[in-house]
Amino acid sequence: MNDIRFTIDGKECLGKPGQTIVEAAKANGVYIPVLCHFEGLKPVGSCRICTVRVGGRFMAACTQPLIEGMAVENTAPDLEDMRKSLIEMLFVEGNHLCPSCEKSGNCELQALAYRYQLMAPRFPYLWPRRDIDASAPLLMLDGNRCIQCLRCVRACRAKDGRKVFAAVDRSHRVKIEVDKKLAAHLSEDQARRAMDICPVGAILRKETGFAVPIGRRKFDRAPIGSDVEKGTGR
Amino acid sequence: MTQEKEIVLQHPKDPSALLDVIRDVQTRLGHVPEEAVSRIAAHLKLSEAEVRGAVTFYHFFSLTPRGASTVYLNDSITSRMNGRTAVARAFEEEADCRFGEVSPDGRVGLSSTSCIGMNDQEPSAIVDGVVFTKLSPDKARAIVRGLRDGTPASGLVAEFGDGANQSSLVRAMVSNNIRKRGPVLFGPHEPGAAVRKAVSMTPEQVIDEVKKAGLLGRGGAGFPTGLKWEFCRREKAPERYVVCNADEGEPGTFKDRVVLTELPGLLFEGMAVAGYAVGARTGVLYLRSEYAYLRAHLEAVLAGLRKEGILGKRIAGSPKFSFDIVIKSGAGAYICGEESALLESAEGKRGEPRDRPPFPVQAGYLDRPTTVNNVETLATAARIVVEGAAWFKAMGTPKSAGTKLLSVSGDCARPGVYEVEYGLSIAELLDMAGAPEAKAVQVGGPSGTCVSKAGYQRKICFSDLPTGGSVIVFGPDRDIFEVVENFMEFFVEESCGWCTPCRAGNVLLKKKFEKVAHGKGTEGDLRDLEAWGKLVKATSRCGLGQTSPNPILTTMQNFPELYEARIQKGRDFVPEFDLAAAIQDGCAAANRRPACKEADHE
Amino acid sequence: MSKPVIATASLAGCFGCHMSLLDIDERILGLIDLVEFNKSPIDDIKTFTKPVDVGLIEGGCCNSENVEVLRSFRKNCKVLVSVGECAIMGGLPAMRNGIPIRECLEEAYLNSPTVDPEDRLIPNDEDLPIILDKVYPCHEVVKIDHFLPGCPPSADLIWEAVTALVEGRPLQLTYDLIKFD
Repeated sequence: MNDIRFTIDGKECLGKPGQTIVEAAKANGVYIPVLCHFEGLKPVGSCRICTVRVGGRFMAACTQPLIEGMAVENTAPDLEDMRKSLIEMLFVEGNHLCPSCEKSGNCELQALAYRYQLMAPRFPYLWPRRDIDASAPLLMLDGNRCIQCLRCVRACRAKDGRKVFAAVDRSHRVKIEVDKKLAAHLSEDQARRAMDICPVGAILRKETGFAVPIGRRKFDRAPIGSDVEKGTGR
Repeated sequence: MTQEKEIVLQHPKDPSALLDVIRDVQTRLGHVPEEAVSRIAAHLKLSEAEVRGAVTFYHFFSLTPRGASTVYLNDSITSRMNGRTAVARAFEEEADCRFGEVSPDGRVGLSSTSCIGMNDQEPSAIVDGVVFTKLSPDKARAIVRGLRDGTPASGLVAEFGDGANQSSLVRAMVSNNIRKRGPVLFGPHEPGAAVRKAVSMTPEQVIDEVKKAGLLGRGGAGFPTGLKWEFCRREKAPERYVVCNADEGEPGTFKDRVVLTELPGLLFEGMAVAGYAVGARTGVLYLRSEYAYLRAHLEAVLAGLRKEGILGKRIAGSPKFSFDIVIKSGAGAYICGEESALLESAEGKRGEPRDRPPFPVQAGYLDRPTTVNNVETLATAARIVVEGAAWFKAMGTPKSAGTKLLSVSGDCARPGVYEVEYGLSIAELLDMAGAPEAKAVQVGGPSGTCVSKAGYQRKICFSDLPTGGSVIVFGPDRDIFEVVENFMEFFVEESCGWCTPCRAGNVLLKKKFEKVAHGKGTEGDLRDLEAWGKLVKATSRCGLGQTSPNPILTTMQNFPELYEARIQKGRDFVPEFDLAAAIQDGCAAANRRPACKEADHE
Repeated sequence: MSKPVIATASLAGCFGCHMSLLDIDERILGLIDLVEFNKSPIDDIKTFTKPVDVGLIEGGCCNSENVEVLRSFRKNCKVLVSVGECAIMGGLPAMRNGIPIRECLEEAYLNSPTVDPEDRLIPNDEDLPIILDKVYPCHEVVKIDHFLPGCPPSADLIWEAVTALVEGRPLQLTYDLIKFD
């Protein structure tokens, strides 16, 4: 099948049929910020940080398939401010205490905040009471830090296909729960994958915190997305 | 064998049966205990976390006991306007527990719930599936006493409403309150005529007729029905479905309840017509849990239609066309009125909307091409097929053809259902309903528009004031801020929680709105409300978040003077923080009196 | 011409941000040339003696006295800056937010295993500030003009911010300066 021609902020790009805007943008060296998205998992459009504008309409770039001739707006100031707002919302709706978090420096939410120069949120802190579930032998689930990205729900399954993590309740009370019976039998690899797939410090492999010194962590030196943009002169 | 096991084993080992099993357990045991969760998970090869996820998503399911009987008292604004507070207090006093709790003897649980589709006869409640309308404190006390004495809720219904509400299969105290019968829905209809007419045409001709009639979806979004059917028909697939959205959850709407009560045959014919048009053999009626009291009646109507050959195999004399309808029940979630969430729920899952594309016409129910249409749309389509596009097109306005069912409630003399032609002005409607003094009219429910007097010449039609049917009238003494607060509470509660702007944004919007409503707002706060409202609308994943800021945004637009009067002019910063309030708990815990200088420092 | 005046305070914080201010090393000599300190633990001036150009606040508000100090800073400072995570979002003291204050106090003073069983009492001396229901970020109590994140903010960030503010130029915030830990 033929390539799809489209533009991002006026830049001519080529994409493949079946690609989403996020995927095609990345292949063209353009970074569209994402948080719930994870390569290889079905996109679910939950965080909305990848919101772009096409023909005056807003859409999540992680779930929207490419269409011939699309003119995607990615860095318009009002769009960037919307994204910053969404990042701020995630900070105030949970309890994100970066100084004491094992994931600090490797956290994608924090990294986005750095990229967007989040100094203080425009929203008031909500301070919800959230649980920590440390009952699984290898894993710890800290609801304070969870951002409902659903990566773990999508990625982590037991051998027979059952979901290890699931969303329970709804509205602002929605939370991710780990299935106690399945979690009791997770292998080292499964536990490690669960931690690695979590963009924040909500899922942790026990006994492994603070392994990388400050200065050498993933986002200490270069902003999130700079790998995508390398050589594009942003 | 435990009771849990016995119940679970009666169901097929199919994950799509999840909600049916849960409902069965909930109905028979009053909640879904831990053992049932384990049993269900094992039976359906799901994780227990997933089962808990489904139970906790729906308002009428619970992991913890809600009493031998449960009172679900409507918490819509109209309920509040009609004396809900006193009724709630009576329930609490008589049951000796608060809302959200169970009486000490375990007999009665009290719970608040979003609009149950009885806005023309509030305050109302659902008790063990039985609807109680026009409640008073005395009636509330009598209900609790009756339940405590062991009388089943159905035994506490003294009088029945009008029409089919009196039939032996309904026996509900609900009133239809049909105030104006129009020519489309309430016109003369010979049972079976629509299906017979349809099968005498080709499916393409049926679609064409509906397209020519200019029928737009009656749920509120207004998508052209014929086009939807055409898209669905065009998809190559071994199976297609017709799904009827009978989950009218928009606060203030109840017209589909009346259609389901009085015109179910016409509705089912409409589904069969749609099935014929798109090439489906099965229709699914997704019935909101609040209307479960109509289920036996609906099943009986379906059985009658089968007997008459209007449903079933090779129907209405057609050599090829077979079509039948099954009923699926909701379990209390406004979001399931959103078509893709409805499909998820109909498949036995949490009612979380899907990403589009693919659209339901491409991959809908069980991943097959599906046309999801509103109750009123399908019933209207049946009439169009019989009477023809020209007949229909002659009514309404050029771009909004035909008639619309309106559910009118609030401060008016004649609340109820009105079938009116599109193009009717708000002023004309208020005249019909008997509300000469209305200060504001909420058109389209909380997600619609709050219109002030200046807008009473506006017309109900797709190009001006579109509505799924909800019209709530507010009299001269109503506080608009109270209305908006109630609407925002509703959206906060009914957000599915999937996406950030709707889950967190609505909470933050509500908080900011309350700051303004409580006199602590500034001009900057008003700017924030507008910006945050736009943000939530622009970035939310589905229609809920894309409209949930409307109560704030449309009242700011149409009642700017109210907001101006509430804010502190000329101050650029007024904190929500209140020292006197912030030290209260600390003082109480330490048994100290708050010193005056702390309390009035500001 | 008189030098710009700076004041600082530590509310519900650990003084780590003040330590970080001292971490500007030899630049502190330059700072002394550049500015004059008024109310601050650095020079031990307890009350404002003149109008202040830039107020630096470390820590959030966990009790009534914090609120009083913060309000007096707002009154006396032209520009007010939240310095560090605690001032910006409550920081570690805010880990108690979400838990009712009575529960916190009972855990700390009545039920903790290290409490002397003979002396179980929630402190109630009238001279003690009253604890707030939550730890509040400074900008939820008074208007804050600038925010310097970090736990603590790096000495370089503080230096950049303070010099920019007294010189009246916009802050140059490079990627390595904004960190939340």
